[in-house]
Amino acid sequence: MNRREFLQLLSVAAAGGMPLAAAAAGLARQGKGAGAGGGFYELPRFGNVHLMHFTDCHAQLLPVHFREPNVNLGIADMGGRPPHLVGEALLRHFGVRQGTPEAHAFTYLDFEKAARTYGKVGGFAHLATLVKQLRAGRPGALLLDGGDTWQGSGTALWTKGQDMVEACKQLGVDVMTGHWEFTLGAERVQKIVEGDFKGRIDFVAQNVKTADFGDPVFPPYVIKPMNGVAVAIVGQAFPYTPIANPRYFVADWNFGIQEEAMQKAVDEARAKGAQAVVVLSHNGMDVDIKMAARVRGIDAILGGHTHDGVPAPVVVKNAGGQTLVTNAGSNGKFLGVLDFDVRGGKVADFRYKLLPVFANLLPADRDMEALIRKLRAPYEAKLGEKLAVTEGLLYRRGNFNGTFDQLILDGLMAMKDAEIAFSPGFRWGTTLLPGQPILMEHLMDQTAITYPYTTVSEMTGETIKTVLEDVCDNLFNPDPYYQQGGDMVRVGGLAYTCDPNAKMGSRILDMQLKGKPIEAAKNRGRRLGAGFRGKPASPAASRSGT
Amino acid sequence: MDRNRREVMKAGGGAALFAVLAAAGLIRPGEALANGWNKAAFEGKTMPEALKALGAANPANSTDITMKAPDIAENGAVVPVGVESKIAGTESIAIFVDKNPSPLAASFDIPSGTEPSVTTRVKMGQTSDVYAVVKANGKFFIAKKEIKVTLGGCGG
Repeated sequence: MNRREFLQLLSVAAAGGMPLAAAAAGLARQGKGAGAGGGFYELPRFGNVHLMHFTDCHAQLLPVHFREPNVNLGIADMGGRPPHLVGEALLRHFGVRQGTPEAHAFTYLDFEKAARTYGKVGGFAHLATLVKQLRAGRPGALLLDGGDTWQGSGTALWTKGQDMVEACKQLGVDVMTGHWEFTLGAERVQKIVEGDFKGRIDFVAQNVKTADFGDPVFPPYVIKPMNGVAVAIVGQAFPYTPIANPRYFVADWNFGIQEEAMQKAVDEARAKGAQAVVVLSHNGMDVDIKMAARVRGIDAILGGHTHDGVPAPVVVKNAGGQTLVTNAGSNGKFLGVLDFDVRGGKVADFRYKLLPVFANLLPADRDMEALIRKLRAPYEAKLGEKLAVTEGLLYRRGNFNGTFDQLILDGLMAMKDAEIAFSPGFRWGTTLLPGQPILMEHLMDQTAITYPYTTVSEMTGETIKTVLEDVCDNLFNPDPYYQQGGDMVRVGGLAYTCDPNAKMGSRILDMQLKGKPIEAAKNRGRRLGAGFRGKPASPAASRSGT
Repeated sequence: MDRNRREVMKAGGGAALFAVLAAAGLIRPGEALANGWNKAAFEGKTMPEALKALGAANPANSTDITMKAPDIAENGAVVPVGVESKIAGTESIAIFVDKNPSPLAASFDIPSGTEPSVTTRVKMGQTSDVYAVVKANGKFFIAKKEIKVTLGGCGG
């Protein structure tokens, strides 16, 4: 369906009188304005510093469906505030009307119907059109990539991230930081940064140091001149990369939040003349909010990792003034646009908008479309292999489970002849609507990682509880600095009750297998665990499902 | 990145360099250790026991002690812990891992005129509070930081 047909369809649907369709018609009317997507993407220029930000696209070059979570629990102070608002609560908080295209982009509400009405989101060819359009009205604008870009698809895995490197260069990314990038190995990352990216894209990370002497591996920040203003972009890579992902990929590097070093980098950039300081962060939003309260001199933290599509920034007060904290969702669904008015050497005012990328409203950029076709060509046959047709909605996100996870777990238990299965609580992975075929491409969207080991081992109830408690604490620790992001490890065959507000060791209750309680140490000798992606040949093999 | 320094270390080789320093009289293996070794403190099985053996039964909380350590350890077997004291007259700095079988992990004597800043690596079997105990002018001060040791797990 082309754009014109889509708009016509919306008009017809509007005649049907459904609220959703009526709203869609509004979108269609806007679509008749000037420029791509018409009024929907008309964003008046403000101030003199312009930053565009996307993050966690997880290598999705083509448009996709992506269902936002219906559960996102916030513990302690984090409850009841962004990013821990979903569905209607999120819409109320940000004043977004139900039954609008924005409501579809930001929530899971009425997902299947809304997805069929508004179509797919993201895709680099459509994103490229939006970026070009914004650049035309915002001279000097920088495009920032928050990372998790080189992982998440079959082609990114098979080309070792090269497809995304090419696409990002073509898109015109200026500055980048990382997380899953590191699972391609330190050597590969450095080859790209020092080769493909040289003179084109700055890879910044103030919190990656050599394990021996603590020397910086990447430049901590870059300072770019823009419309007479010096703008510093400080990089913050995912602090827990060697813990959440296998250590051996980055054996010689240390990560961590490194708050003091962050303060030092900010102060140093200011001393060098930066009038606006922005952190491009892969901390996750709760960690960013805590960091914003403790580090002085940051004007905005443009964040990712936790995949939160947050319509407006959270303003955090600190000893140095205030810091905006944003999070720009995932899977290429959104482009954040931050405008600063810098006067008298400091930020006087700002505007922020998180724009959903509707593929039906933004025509594909021809050059990017051609590049993507070329990149995918060698793999099309493999990607297009039809595995099944789904009857229900298949999605990933949610604190405890997702239907696509359940399908993977059922598959593991069946193929490995195991009673219980574990699979990591990844927040990436695209969504399929009922009736859509499940292609190899979609399976790769959920599982394409560089350490895809499936292990079967005998586990006692005690071990299972330890694993669940450990992962649970990484998600629900009341101090965000002790959280790693992601969601709870997915389980198949096993039922349990979770009390997120309890202390570590007391959160997992009432574990049951086929309706019978699992008791610690009693299940020795039974095939209990099929861990998707453990690490064989290492003592951590028992950390099934991480 | 200071590549030169790394090259020197590589060229010298750890053991060879140590031998040179020892020959130059800068390090006296064995002797230095034997002099200050507080067996009872290092073998104490609980924090109070080890503190008592150090003569530091009731240290006062201090904000003049800065601890530099990860919030979550990347590898429990080698957790970098740094301690800096701004307390005038600092004589020694000790590091305790509360939940280790023997909590006292390290003790440094700080000769007068030396910057009271030390870094070492400790081994941790589980999440624990880690304490820095500073002796200054005969009095003891303490600061703590929780370091989490985790199996890992990620969804980002």
